[in-house]
Amino acid sequence: MAPLDVAIAAVVQDGDTIALEGFTHLIPFAAAHEIIRQRRRNLTLVRMTPDLIYDQLIGMGCARRLVFSWGGNPGVGSLHRFRDAVEHGWPVPLALEEHSHAGMANRYAAGASGLPFAVLRGYAGSDLIGETDSIRSIACPFTGEILAAVSALNPDVAVIHAQQADAQGNVQLWGISGVQKEAVLSARRALVTVEEVVDRLEPRPGSVVLPAWAIDYVSVVGNGSHPSYAHGYSERDNEFYVAWDAISRDRETFQQWMEAHVLAA
Amino acid sequence: MSSRRELDWTAEEMMTVAAARALHDGAVCFVGIGLPSTAANLARRLHAPRLVLVYESGTIGAKPEYLPLSIGDGILAETADAVVGVVETFNYWLQPGRIDIGFLAGAQLDRFANINTTVIGESYGKPRVRLPGAGGAPEIAASCREVLIVMRQSPRTFVERVEFVTSVGYGKGGDDRERHGFIGTGPKTVITDIGILEPGAETRELWLTSLHPGVTLEEAQAATGWNLVASPGLERTPPPTALELSTLRELEQTKAGQSAAAVS
Repeated sequence: MAPLDVAIAAVVQDGDTIALEGFTHLIPFAAAHEIIRQRRRNLTLVRMTPDLIYDQLIGMGCARRLVFSWGGNPGVGSLHRFRDAVEHGWPVPLALEEHSHAGMANRYAAGASGLPFAVLRGYAGSDLIGETDSIRSIACPFTGEILAAVSALNPDVAVIHAQQADAQGNVQLWGISGVQKEAVLSARRALVTVEEVVDRLEPRPGSVVLPAWAIDYVSVVGNGSHPSYAHGYSERDNEFYVAWDAISRDRETFQQWMEAHVLAA
Repeated sequence: MSSRRELDWTAEEMMTVAAARALHDGAVCFVGIGLPSTAANLARRLHAPRLVLVYESGTIGAKPEYLPLSIGDGILAETADAVVGVVETFNYWLQPGRIDIGFLAGAQLDRFANINTTVIGESYGKPRVRLPGAGGAPEIAASCREVLIVMRQSPRTFVERVEFVTSVGYGKGGDDRERHGFIGTGPKTVITDIGILEPGAETRELWLTSLHPGVTLEEAQAATGWNLVASPGLERTPPPTALELSTLRELEQTKAGQSAAAVS
């Protein structure tokens, strides 16, 4: 266990490929804000849904490449900083490696499994095939059926947020569990921020438990996923997701907001 | 409220009601956020109480009491029959063909029901408008038994040929879809604020099968970027009933993200 600033400094270096996961739920915002404060640069950001968390990292110039499958503000509209980077190269140009959700999930699963690629029924007829080098096809060795193959994801770092850790650093998360298990097990280094440390992890239905030895750092950050949420601890701040549209639409308004709420924090 | 006001509805409300009607009770439906989620939850409150809602966040059989803003709102997990990870959602539940209806929205749709949610503009690398991207749609469009599409109709959104095929409908038309070997049969119905479009039997080109009340064929054609043909048996969509409208309006008022303060 370590304070968040120490843990981020230890696991995230300039030029790293990092995956901050959490599928709408348990998004590790506090950890992303620490990466922004430490002014990391040239990162490759991997995430199924870039969400506000990568809109912020992209807008602050931390990223040069994005690996993703759906880049919108859920239920609200565009991610304006993401769009500005792709459409106008602001603040720096952003290269894209674009997939579908099924493809991204399978890439993590292959990475977690120590396999070089995953096989799925996917992408057939989609123009994504022509734009994304990590999508290929493969013939089934048994039937000859042509299937999609996607290369494994093995990020340098995975960062996730969970509800609880125990004193030994074992971690439990529950509710919508996304691809966090796969992200942690596919990465070379892993950091988990948690709502709280408890004496004993009580089993929860559908929970994901990650043993301490599969994780490099645990940091206690209460409400560390806001404006996302931690099931059982907080509600998704939908009003903030709606408000982000106006905050992020304009470059200056965005920078002022980040100065006041992230850099000065 | 007078009965006259009860029969007053918007094109958007007609679209949502028509989409809800297309979902039959007991069907298993993979639901996108936005219009599909609203329509599916409306259907569940009306004629389809046993409709199974699957959101890509892995909430299977979600029964939200209010409209979620995102596919990952806590209410979906709290009310679901099962909550599974994303790998399992796509690999175990969607890919083998367990889902009856894939319910999608799109930014751009073409005459063969191909969907673009990726880029507007000639160049992928230098797009005029960068859209959110694929999400779950390519595999939903491929692997659900049938696909239902709901989106607003305009010449800008209903185009001759999408600039980028994110998710395949009928490809270049005719039997072009078949060469991909998909489990699913493809888009069966496209519901808009103007009417209902369905693929023709041979060409698979979308033609107009129903016009919503108050809309003319000329208006529907003017709202379409290709030469829209009306089917021989062109119908008139029954207007929303008082119950459909009141249920929809109650549901819309519960939309998450509108604060309690703003509602009260």
